[in-house]
Amino acid sequence: MTHPISTPRASVSIVLAGSGGAGVMTAGNMLLEAAAIAGYYALMTRSSGPQIRGGEAAAMVRIATTPVENVEDHFHVLAAIDWQNINRFAAEIPLDASSLIVGDPDHGEPPDVFVKSGASYAPVGMKKLAKSIKGGWPNMVSLGILAALIGLPESAVARAVEKSLKKRPDSLEASLAAVRAGMHAAEGMPARYPLRPAAEAKTPRWLITGNEAAGYGAIRGGVRFVAAYPITPGTELLEWMAPALTKVGGALVQAEDELASINMIIGASYGGVPSLTATSGPGLALMMEALGLASASETPVVVVDVQRVGPSTGIPTKSEQSDLNIALYGFHGDAPHLVLAPNSVADCLTTTQWATHLAEMTQAPAIVLSDQFFGQARAVVDRPADLVFAGQRLTAPANSPDYKRYALTDSGVSPMAIPGTPGTVYTADGLEHAERGTPSSQATDHLAQLDKRQRKLESVDYGHYWAEVEGEGELAVVTFGSCTAPVREAFAQARRNGFRARLISMRLLLPAQTARLTEALAGVKRVLVVEQTHSKQFYRYLRSEYDVPGSVSSYSRPGPLPMRPEEIVSQLEKWSRA
Amino acid sequence: MNANAAVVARTPQEFKSDLKPVWCPGCGDYSVLAAITKAFAKLELLPQNVAVISGIGCSSRIPAYTSCYGFHGVHGRALALGTGVKLARPDLTVLVAGGDGDGYSIGGNHFLHACRRNVDMTYIVMDNRVYGMTKGQASPTTEPDWEFSKLTPEGTGLREFHPLVIALASGANFIARAFSGDPNGTADIIAQAIGTPGFSFVEVLSPCVTFRPEQRHWKDKARPAPVKTTSDPSQAARRILTDDGFNVGVLYVGNRKPYQPSIGRGTKKPADLEAGFVL
Ligand SMILES: Cc1ncc(C[n+]2csc(CCOP(=O)(O)OP(=O)(O)O)c2C)c(N)n1
Ligand code: SF4
Repeated sequence: MTHPISTPRASVSIVLAGSGGAGVMTAGNMLLEAAAIAGYYALMTRSSGPQIRGGEAAAMVRIATTPVENVEDHFHVLAAIDWQNINRFAAEIPLDASSLIVGDPDHGEPPDVFVKSGASYAPVGMKKLAKSIKGGWPNMVSLGILAALIGLPESAVARAVEKSLKKRPDSLEASLAAVRAGMHAAEGMPARYPLRPAAEAKTPRWLITGNEAAGYGAIRGGVRFVAAYPITPGTELLEWMAPALTKVGGALVQAEDELASINMIIGASYGGVPSLTATSGPGLALMMEALGLASASETPVVVVDVQRVGPSTGIPTKSEQSDLNIALYGFHGDAPHLVLAPNSVADCLTTTQWATHLAEMTQAPAIVLSDQFFGQARAVVDRPADLVFAGQRLTAPANSPDYKRYALTDSGVSPMAIPGTPGTVYTADGLEHAERGTPSSQATDHLAQLDKRQRKLESVDYGHYWAEVEGEGELAVVTFGSCTAPVREAFAQARRNGFRARLISMRLLLPAQTARLTEALAGVKRVLVVEQTHSKQFYRYLRSEYDVPGSVSSYSRPGPLPMRPEEIVSQLEKWSRA
Repeated sequence: MNANAAVVARTPQEFKSDLKPVWCPGCGDYSVLAAITKAFAKLELLPQNVAVISGIGCSSRIPAYTSCYGFHGVHGRALALGTGVKLARPDLTVLVAGGDGDGYSIGGNHFLHACRRNVDMTYIVMDNRVYGMTKGQASPTTEPDWEFSKLTPEGTGLREFHPLVIALASGANFIARAFSGDPNGTADIIAQAIGTPGFSFVEVLSPCVTFRPEQRHWKDKARPAPVKTTSDPSQAARRILTDDGFNVGVLYVGNRKPYQPSIGRGTKKPADLEAGFVL
C-alpha cells in the first residue's frame, strides 16, 4: 500500500543507521528530544551489532501526535550515514514502496535487501556536506534531513542540540550549521512525511526508559535496598537506581552473583527494609531456590525480570516473554507468590510500585515481568499518575504477648517482628514450621501453613489494576506486557473495516484472577491469545487456570523481532474470514 | 555496648531458647552454642539486637536455639543473607553460623566475597570435616583418604580446602581457630571476633561424633597457638600454612575499614527524582 506522500500524518517511523562511531545514537536521541520539544510523543528503540563496543548501530524513532508504545509496521525513512554491515538489521527495518532511503553515495549504494522493498532513494553527500563545515559531522547533517522530512521546526531541533551539547559549547555552532545543511538538502526529496501539528502538552512530559520507570516505581513503593548482579538488559535499571537510592537514603550493593543478590535482599527485607533485585532470565533461574525461601519464610521481596530472548544466554539484547513459565511455575514445592507484568514503558512505574506494595502487604515474593523492549526503549510519555496504594507491611508491636510469627490469621497475614523489637524474637525459617516458627514436620502444620500462605494472596482485593480492559464485542484478545500496544494499534487499524473487539491486557498474572477474567469475557464467542513465546506459554497458562469461553486460538511467536500490529491484524482477518 | 549494659548484667542462659536441639548426644555443636551465648553475655548484648543467621546443616540449626532474632535460610547462602541483614540494619549485631559444607562447598563463592567485602559481622564455621545432616559424605575439609562415605569409598583423593588461608587471601579482617571442647576459650574468641570491626571469621573444630567418631580425639590435639596474634598477613599466612591445623587462638587481626554503605541518611524525597525525567 502506498501512502500519499505529503498528507500530514499522525505517526512517522524513522531509522538512522551507521557504523560504530558515526554518532547514530547521539543523533537519534537529539531527534527524540526535538520531537518532544515540538510537542510530540515519541519512542526510541535501538539495535547494535555483536561487537561489545563501537559496532554498527541503528536508532529507531517513532514520533506521533498521540502516545506511542510500540513499533509501527514499517519505517517511513531509513537514513544511513554509511552502509557498513547495516544489512544485518534488515529484518528489523521493514520498508515498503512508500518509504524513502537516504544514503551517502560516497559510501556506496543501499544494499539490495532494502532496495527490493520498492522504496525511493535519495542520495545525499552527507560526509562532503559535513566536511564543508568546520567541525561539522555527518550525523548532524542526517539529523537535519530527518527533521525536515517530518516537518520538525528548526527551533526545536536547535534546542535539542543545544541541550545535548551543553558541556561542549564550542561544537554547537558547527553542529547547528550541519543540521541546517541537512534541512536544506532535504528540500526536493522524492517523498516527505510531515506530521500533523502536535497538541499542546498540558503538563510537562517525561523522557524515560522502562528500566528507569521500574526503578522509580520501586522507590515510590518504598524500596530502599537493592542487591544485584549486572545482566543485560536489566543493568540500566540498577545504574539508575544506584545514585537514586543514595539520594533517598537507600543503598545498592553489587553482589557476587544472583544467588547472593536474592539472599541479600531477603536478609535486608527481614531486617525491615523493603528490598528489590533486578535481573534477566538466567539470573532469575539462579534465584529460584531462594524465592522459595522468601515464600516459605514469608519475607517480602521484589524481583524485576527484564526478559530477554532465552533459553540460556539466548539473544541478550532482544525481547521475548518466555520467562513467563519460570515466573509462574519455576518454584519448587507449593510456593504462593505474585507475578505482575507492566503493559507500557510508563506502566513499568505503576506496576513495579504496585508489586512492591503487594509484596509488602502479603509478605510474599513478587516477580515483575518487564522485558527488553520496555526496559531499553526511551519514550516521551505523559507524567504517570501519582498513586498511593493503601496498606503496608504488618509488623508486630514490642512485647506482643505470646508472639507467633506465623500465626494462623483469617487473612493469612501475620504480624512480622522486625529485629530490634524487644519481646518478639523469632527465627524465620524455610523449614516447615508451626505458628511460632519452630520447625515442624507434622502434616497438620504443613497443611495449615500452606493454606495460610495461599490465603494471604487470595484475601487481597486487587481492584481494577489486575488488567486493562478495553472495547466491547463478541471477540476478544487476551495478552500481557509488550504485546499490549501492538494489539491496541491492530484494533485501531481493523476498526476501519468495522472490526470491534475487547482487549484484555493482564497486569496481575498470579494469583490468577479467575472471576475477574470470566466477567471481562462475559458474552465473548472467540478469544485470541497474543504473546511473544515459542511454546504458547501464556495460552497454556490461560487454558489451565481459566475457563475461557468460546473458541480460543493462539498467536504466539518468539523474539527477537518486536511484535508489530500487522501480524495481529492478519490474525484478526482470519476471524472475519472464518 | 548498649544503653542498658551498665544496669543489667547478662547471663548466657538468657541467650538460650527453650527449644531442644536435634543434635546427637556428644555433638560438638552443643558447646559452640554454649560458647556463643557466653560471648553474647560477656558483651552484654540484648537478645533483640542480635541476628543469628544460618544456612542448612546440623550446625545451621543454631539460630532457633538462641533467644535472639534468627533466620534459618537455604543451604550455602547464609553469608549473603547475613550481609543483607547487616547492610540494611547496621545497628544490629549479626552472627552467621554454619557447617563446612554449607560455607566452603555450596557457599564457597559467598565465603570469598564476604571476606573481600568485609562487612562488620562474625562468621562461625563449625568444621567437622563431614556432611552431618546428609549422613556422612565428604566435605571440602575432609581428608583425601577418608573412606567411610558410600559416595567416595576410596576417599576423595582431593586435597583439603584450607579455609583460614583462603580467608586471609580474600581479605577477612579477623581470623581465628577455636575448639568446641573448650567453650570458655571459644567464647573469648567469639567475643573478640564480634568486637572487632569488619568481617571476622572463626573456624571452630566441632566434632561430629556420629559420622567421624575419631574426632573425639581432637581434644588431645587442640592446643593454644604458641604465638601471639599477628597483624602481618604474610606472617599469618606462613603460620597458618605450616601449623598442623590444631593451633587454637586469634591468628590474624587486620585493620581494614568495614564496608557499609550509608543507609537511612538521604536528603531527597522520592518525588525529587522526577526532575531527571521532566523534559
Ligand atoms: C540446595 C541443597 N543441596 C543439598 C542439600 C542437602 N544438604 C543439607 S545439609 C548438607 C550438608 C551439610 O553439611 P555441613 O554444612 O558441613 O553441616 P553439618 O551438617 O555437618 O553441620 C547438604 C548437602 C540442601 N539442603 N540444599
Ligand atoms: S550428625 Fe554429626 S554434626 Fe550432626 S548432630 Fe550428629 S554429631 Fe552433630
